[in-house]
Amino acid sequence: MTDPSPAPTWILLALAAPFLAALVAPTVHRLFGRAAAFALAAVPLAAFVGFLTLLGPVADGARLTTGFDWWPSYGVRFSLLVDGLSLVFALLITGIGTLIVIYAGGYMKGHPQAGRFMSFILLFMGAMLGLVLADDGITLFVMWEATSITSFLLIGFDHTRARARRAALQALVITGAGGLCLLAAVLLIGGATGTRTLSEVVATGDVIRGSDLYLPIFLLVLGAAFTKSAQVPLHVWLPNAMEAPTPVSAFLHSATMVKAGVYLLMRLHPVLGGTPEWTTVLPIVGGLTLLTGTLMAVRQTDLKLMLAQTTVASLGLLVLLVGVSTDAAIVGAVGYLLAHAFFKGALFMIAGTIDHEAGTRDVTKLGGLRKLMPITFASALVAAVSMAGLPPMIGFVAKEALYLGLDEAGRTALIAVAVAGNALMLVIGFAVALKPFLGPEVHTPKHAHEGPLELILGPIVLGAVGLGAALFLHGFSEIIVLPMAGAITGRPVEADLHLIPTYVSTPLILSIVTVALGVVAYLALTPLRAAVDAVVRGIGWGPDRGFDQIVAGLVGFASVVVRVVQPGRLEAYMAIVLGLAVVTLLAPLLLFGELPAWPAFPDLTAQEAVVILIAVSGLVAVVVARTRLTSIVSLGIQGFAVAVIFVLFGAPDLAFTQFMVETLSVVILALVLTRLALGERDHRPLRQKVVDAVIGGGLGLAFMLVLLKITQAPFDRTLTDFYDTYSRTIAHGRNVVNVIIVDFRGLDTLGEIAVVMITGLAILALVRVKARTPILPTPETGKRK
Amino acid sequence: METALSVLVGLFLATAFYLMLSKKIIRILLGVAVMGNGVNLLIFTSGRLTRELPPIIATDAYVLPPGAANALPQALILTAIVISFSFFAFLLVLAFRAYQDLGTDDTDAMRFAEPVVDDGPPQGY
Amino acid sequence: MNTIIFRTISPVLVALTLLFSVFVTLRGHNEPGGGFIGGLIAVSAFALYGLSHGVPTVRHAMRFHPMEIAGFGLFLAGASGMLSIVFGVPFLTGLWVFPTIFGVEVALSTPMFFDIGVYFVVTGSITSIALALEAREGGV
Repeated sequence: MTDPSPAPTWILLALAAPFLAALVAPTVHRLFGRAAAFALAAVPLAAFVGFLTLLGPVADGARLTTGFDWWPSYGVRFSLLVDGLSLVFALLITGIGTLIVIYAGGYMKGHPQAGRFMSFILLFMGAMLGLVLADDGITLFVMWEATSITSFLLIGFDHTRARARRAALQALVITGAGGLCLLAAVLLIGGATGTRTLSEVVATGDVIRGSDLYLPIFLLVLGAAFTKSAQVPLHVWLPNAMEAPTPVSAFLHSATMVKAGVYLLMRLHPVLGGTPEWTTVLPIVGGLTLLTGTLMAVRQTDLKLMLAQTTVASLGLLVLLVGVSTDAAIVGAVGYLLAHAFFKGALFMIAGTIDHEAGTRDVTKLGGLRKLMPITFASALVAAVSMAGLPPMIGFVAKEALYLGLDEAGRTALIAVAVAGNALMLVIGFAVALKPFLGPEVHTPKHAHEGPLELILGPIVLGAVGLGAALFLHGFSEIIVLPMAGAITGRPVEADLHLIPTYVSTPLILSIVTVALGVVAYLALTPLRAAVDAVVRGIGWGPDRGFDQIVAGLVGFASVVVRVVQPGRLEAYMAIVLGLAVVTLLAPLLLFGELPAWPAFPDLTAQEAVVILIAVSGLVAVVVARTRLTSIVSLGIQGFAVAVIFVLFGAPDLAFTQFMVETLSVVILALVLTRLALGERDHRPLRQKVVDAVIGGGLGLAFMLVLLKITQAPFDRTLTDFYDTYSRTIAHGRNVVNVIIVDFRGLDTLGEIAVVMITGLAILALVRVKARTPILPTPETGKRK
Repeated sequence: METALSVLVGLFLATAFYLMLSKKIIRILLGVAVMGNGVNLLIFTSGRLTRELPPIIATDAYVLPPGAANALPQALILTAIVISFSFFAFLLVLAFRAYQDLGTDDTDAMRFAEPVVDDGPPQGY
Repeated sequence: MNTIIFRTISPVLVALTLLFSVFVTLRGHNEPGGGFIGGLIAVSAFALYGLSHGVPTVRHAMRFHPMEIAGFGLFLAGASGMLSIVFGVPFLTGLWVFPTIFGVEVALSTPMFFDIGVYFVVTGSITSIALALEAREGGV
C-alpha cells in the first residue's frame, strides 16, 4: 500500500460547502422559489465534478490526506482521506445528492417549509461526506452522529404526525446506540494500535487481530455497523423511516446513509476481516437480513415500504459478501453496492413521483399509468431490470460477480440464500415497475400525468448511469470498482468483470435459476403475499413491537426510580443528606484511628461555665418549646449566650454584631409568627423523633469529634501572624478584624454586601407579590391544577 | 476551653439538625437560626481561644502583643453573622409566603412541585 | 406598643442611636466597630421608629427607599475600589491621604469609604426587610 500524499485543500471546502449551503438554503428558497433547487444543486454538483478529477490519481493507487489539528491536547485531528473506497462513496453522495436536491425542489413544491427541508438535506449531505472522508476516528464518530441527527430531523420532518415522530425517535435511539459503540470501538482501536488515524490503523496489519482487544473491538464495530445498516433484528427503524418525505427515503435510506455501516465494515476490513469470527457472524446476520427483508417486502403493498424492505435485504446481502471476505466476494459487494445505489435511488424517486402525481402509492390501487406517465414508466423499467439482475444493466454484472465470489469461496449455503433473496428481489423490482403501469387504467385520487422535469430527471440519469456502467464495463471496473475493492482488501485486486458471458459458468447457471424462480414467484405474487402475511400475523410479535416494549419498560423503570428517590418529602431528603454527612465525617475518624485524644476536663472560669449553661438551656428550651413566645425567647437566649461567649473570648466586634442580629431576629420572628396561625408543636410520632434524634445527635457528635481533633493538632499561625504584623504598618488600622474586612479581604466583603443586598431585593419581591388564594384546594390530593 | 466549646458546638449542631428534620416550617427555620450560631462557634473555636484580649493594636504599638485573640476567624464570622441573618430573614419570608399561597405549614403537604398523584412521564410519541 | 411613653421617647432614642451608629462605623478601623455593626445599629433605630410610629412615618422620614440607600452603598464600596485603577494599582488597593484640616490631621482612605459603603448596604437592605415585615398589609 502506498504512503499517503497530500490532498488538494479544496476537499475541505467541498466538505464545508453543503453546511454553508444549508445555512442559506431557506433564504435562497424564499428568494428564488422553484429555481432555488437548481441553484442549491450547483453546490453538490461542483463537489461531484471536483471528486471526478481525483479518479485518475486514485485509480493509480494514490491515497490523499489533508486536515488540521482540531483538539491538539487530546491528539484529535480533523483529517480527511481520499482513497478508492471514500472517493466512490463521495461521488455517490454528491452525485445522487445533486439529483435529490433537484428532485426535492419538485417534490416539495409549495410546501411551506420546503426551505427548511432543503437545509436539512444539505446538512445531511455534508455530514455523510464527512463520514466517508474522515481519516481521524473521532472525526468519523462526530460525522456518524451528525448523520444520525440529520436523519432524525428528516424522518420527523412532518412532525405533526405521531407516526413520524415515533419513527424519528426510533431511528435516533437505535443509530445513536450504534454511534456510542463506534466511539468505544475507536477508542479501543486507538488503545490497541496507538493511533486513531484510520489510514495508519489500516496499515498496522495484524496488530488488532493479534490483540486481546480484537473481540471487543469486533463486537463494537458490529454494533455500530448493524444499527446503521439495519441488520436483523435492529432493522426495524429503516422501514419506519419511510415516514420521511420520499427524497429522504431515496437519498438517506437507500443510497447513502444506511450504507455507512457497510462502509465502516469495508473500511476496517483490512485489520478486522478474515478471522473466523468475521467470516461466521457477518454472513449469518447478513443472510438472515436478506431473507427477512425480501419476505417482508413481498408482504407489503405500499410502494415505498416494498422498496424499504428490499433495501434491508440488500444491506444484508452486502454484509454477507463483506463477511465472506475473499477478493472475488469483495468485488461482488462493490459492484452490488454501486448497482443498488443507482437502481434503488431511481425506484424510490419513481415511487415518489407516482405518489405525487397519482395521489397514492398503494400498489393494489394503481394500474395503467403507462400511457399517462410514459417517461416514468420507461425509467422504472430500466431500474427494475437492473434490480432483477438482468442484462444489459450493471445489476446483472454485479450479480454475476457476487455469485462468482460465493462460488469461489465454496459457501454453498450462502449461495442458496443469495439465490432465494435475489429471486424475491426480482419479484419486488417488477412489482414496483410493472404493476402501477400495466393493466387497465384505475381511478386514482389525483388525475395522474407525467411529472415535471425535476421529478423525472433523477431516475433518467441514474438509469443511464446504470446502463452506461455496464456498457463501458472495462473502464468502470478499472477506475471505480477495482480501486475501491483494493482499498477494502488492503491490496491491489484483479477481477475480470464482463457483461456478456463468455462461457457457461456456475454464476450464469445460478442467474438463470434466480430468474426462473423469480418469474414463478412474480406470477404467484398475490397468494405468496397472503401466505407471508398470514405467517407474520400468526407470530404477532416483531422487533418493532419489541422496541415499544423496551421503551415502555424504560419509562416505567424511570418512574419507579423517581418515586423511590424523590418521594417529595422534605424530611426524607434532609434525613438522607444529613445521614450521609454523619457517615462522611465519622467514617475516616473511625477507620483510620483518627479519633481525638480523651480531653482533660476543661478549666473554665465561673462566668464561662454559667454562660455555656445558659446557652445549653436555651437550646433545650427551643426544642421543647410549646408556644410561639417560648420558642422565640429561647432562640433569643441561645443567641445572646453566643454573643457573651464572643465577649469572653476576646471578640468584641463579634459580640456587638451578634447582639444586634439577635435583637433584630427576635423582632422579625415575632412580627412574622404573629401572623402565622400555626402550632409550632412537634407533631412527629415518637419513633420518628428517635430516628431524627439519632441523626441529629450523630451529626452533632461527629462535628464535635472533628473539632476536638482540630484543636488538639498544632496551630498554624502563618496567616494570623501576617495580619497581626501588617495591619498597622501597611493598612494603618489598629482594629485587625476591621482591617481584614475592609482592606485585606475587601473583595470578599464586596461580594458579601452584594449578597446582603440581593436578599433584601428578593424579600421585597416576595412580599410585593399579591397573596393568591391557595393553589391547592386540598393538600391531601396534591393534584396539580 | 476548646474542649468545652467543642462540646457546646456539638450540642448546637445536634439541636439544629434535629429541628431541621421536622416537617413544620417554623421548626425548620428555628433549626436554621441555631445552625448559623453553631457554625460560627465552630469556626471561632477552630481558630483557638484566648481570654479577653481582643485583636486591637495599642495606640503606642505597631503589632499585636503575643496572646491576643486570632483576628482571622473573627473577620470571617463577622460577615457570616450578617449574611446568615439575611438568609434567615429571606427563609422566614419565603416560609410565610408559602404558607399564604399553599395554605399549609407542613412540608409534606406542600406538593406543588412534586404532586402526590403523579401521572408519570408521558407515554407515546 | 402604642404607649405614650414609648411614642415620646422613641424619636430621641432613634436620633441618638443613628448618631451612635455613625460613630461606631467611623471609629471601626482602630477600635471595635465598623460598617457591619454600625449598619445593624442604624437598622435597629429605624425598626424601633417603625414600631412606635408606624412604617409610613419611617418611610417618609427616610426620604429614600431603603433599597436605594443600599444601592448607593454598594456603588460607593465598588467606586472606592475602582479609584485604585486611576492610580494604576490593583482593584481595592487601599489609598491614604492625611490632609490637615483646621489644624487637625485627618486620615482619609479608600478603606474608610468602603466601610461607609458597607454601612449603607447593611442599613438599607435590612431596614427594607424589617419595614416590609412590619408593614401590616405586606405593602411596599
